[in-house]
Amino acid sequence: MPPLVSIHDLRVAFNGVQVLRGIDVSLQKGEALGLVGESGSGKSVTWLAALGLLPRHAQVTGSVRLDGREILGAPAAELDQVRGGRVAMIFQDPASALNPVLTVRRQLCEALVLHRDLSGDALKAEARRLLDLVGIPDAARRLEAYPHEFSGGQVQRIMIAMALAGNPDLLVADEPTTALDATIQAQILELLSTVRREMGMAMVLISHDLGVVAENCDRVAVMYAGRIVEEARSNQLFADPVHPYAQGLIGALPPLDGPRRRLTAIPGTVPDPANMPSGCAFAPRCALATEPCGLAAPSLAPIAEDRSVACIRAEASRRALLGVAAE
Amino acid sequence: MGRYFAIRIGRAALTIVLVVTFAFVVLRLSGDPALMILGPEAPPEVLAAFRKAWGLDDPIWFQYLDYFGAIAKGELGRSMRDGRPAIELVLERIPATLALTLPAFAFKVALGIPAGIYAALHRGSAIDRAVMIAAVAGFTVPSFVLALLLVLVFAVQLGWLPSGGQESWRHAILPIATLGLGGAAVLARFTRSAMLEVLGQPYIRTASAKGVPWRKVVTSHALPNAAIPTVTILGFMVGTLIAGAVVVESVFAWPGVGRLLVVAVANRDLAVVQCILLLVALTMVTSNLIVDFLYGFLDPRLRAKGAHA
Repeated sequence: MPPLVSIHDLRVAFNGVQVLRGIDVSLQKGEALGLVGESGSGKSVTWLAALGLLPRHAQVTGSVRLDGREILGAPAAELDQVRGGRVAMIFQDPASALNPVLTVRRQLCEALVLHRDLSGDALKAEARRLLDLVGIPDAARRLEAYPHEFSGGQVQRIMIAMALAGNPDLLVADEPTTALDATIQAQILELLSTVRREMGMAMVLISHDLGVVAENCDRVAVMYAGRIVEEARSNQLFADPVHPYAQGLIGALPPLDGPRRRLTAIPGTVPDPANMPSGCAFAPRCALATEPCGLAAPSLAPIAEDRSVACIRAEASRRALLGVAAE
Repeated sequence: MGRYFAIRIGRAALTIVLVVTFAFVVLRLSGDPALMILGPEAPPEVLAAFRKAWGLDDPIWFQYLDYFGAIAKGELGRSMRDGRPAIELVLERIPATLALTLPAFAFKVALGIPAGIYAALHRGSAIDRAVMIAAVAGFTVPSFVLALLLVLVFAVQLGWLPSGGQESWRHAILPIATLGLGGAAVLARFTRSAMLEVLGQPYIRTASAKGVPWRKVVTSHALPNAAIPTVTILGFMVGTLIAGAVVVESVFAWPGVGRLLVVAVANRDLAVVQCILLLVALTMVTSNLIVDFLYGFLDPRLRAKGAHA
């Protein structure tokens, strides 16, 4: 089956500093892909770049295909059809993501007018239906309210309603619950997976919370310093991470069951994009690094079905993990 | 909402009382009007009679109460120079001043706001840099220097326009240009930074992510937000319509309120000075009230705050 979206060798630089260094990822219809990694690893930039939402001074190269059609560098009019129509995006900080001086109705209807060509009573009815769908009570009245009259969780629900307005094939959720309380987080994630199921929509869930991704995604890509370092089915990745960085991330999580163990921390810090080490960007922090690791950046290579990793020490890494587990 | 405005109107009234009091005290302390108007050679009995006639020999607190009492009755005193009611002298000058300041205001808005918006939307471009250089020049060069420069070029060198007076509409061009250019520069800079601030906000990205065409993102998402800070500076400019042209009127010998103020201060013509100050305070305070009202209109968050405050 041809992929819904396929990104190939996507690179982004700001003022000559490379922040995205060749992303290859693709997504099937209806699939949920998790994108994890530390702040600054390029998770959000990947999708902002794909949709042409980065500031003008960003230099973006590579290829982003939607249903086989190139959208990177497409004319503005064509991108405006894609954005909100075929691919919708919601963002981290709901408090500032809605325009403070416009009513919710105006912001919601804007998307409906653009992508669904609705007007009059049909427009009003659809706006109400969407607010109902995302669980905002008393939708008819609340449509006339301004964003500051809603709580953070409610605003994120409104953002989701707006994203659904264009019946998109893909929803990119960029840290949708990071700014919310834990209880609200769970509700929003629940809502996302419900609407995704009902609408058969694909989803990219960008998060630094591995637990959130594990629960909500079919497949996970781990990013580090502007590259994808490992990609696998969620259950595989969490049971058996191969890349030393992915192992580090998962090793830093406390296990819910089984014996208590000491949590491991990844030593060092993320390299500065302006000052990338030559070779593998993770090598300076990696316990398994050898001399060749500093020579060339490893590319993402398949090691099994549905599974690729960018590490020349992948085998050693796997053995090391098993050794640790046997201890 | 009602409370929001009640508080602001109360503050405005207090401001006016303070301005009037300040003007009263400073003018009474800064020299004897009898001496200023009659001259140091005037015989002592004439000076005494003058002081008695104008109530200047009463204790200062008595003069103050008297003055407030009169204002409350709508009497703003008479000019010590020609005995005419001060308000009459001031009112007859207002049309001349407005003939400069209103077109200058329109000019500032028509030039400054679009230039600021354009510069913000094309940040870093040659035009942006040109607008910024012009803006910095426009508000670092004092108005009298700009006025003299314009006179030098357009009156002296080119001989296209008169350098002073009020005989025809052509006489108004240079004073209007002087007032307008400086104000447009301030407004351009202000609008640009307000726009840049707004364009960097996440809700602008949200609008783009929704598929709103860029032109509409600017007009229906960015501009309404950028209008909020811009209205502040516009309000200030409206507040200076009456007395914002003191220097320019003096340079171009334009018989407006500003010139009257300069002459009245020099003569210690107390009633006239106080009358002008009262008028200035009133316009400033009124324009501030209008700005507060507009805030409430432009920003729903303030509306809510006012309602709960």
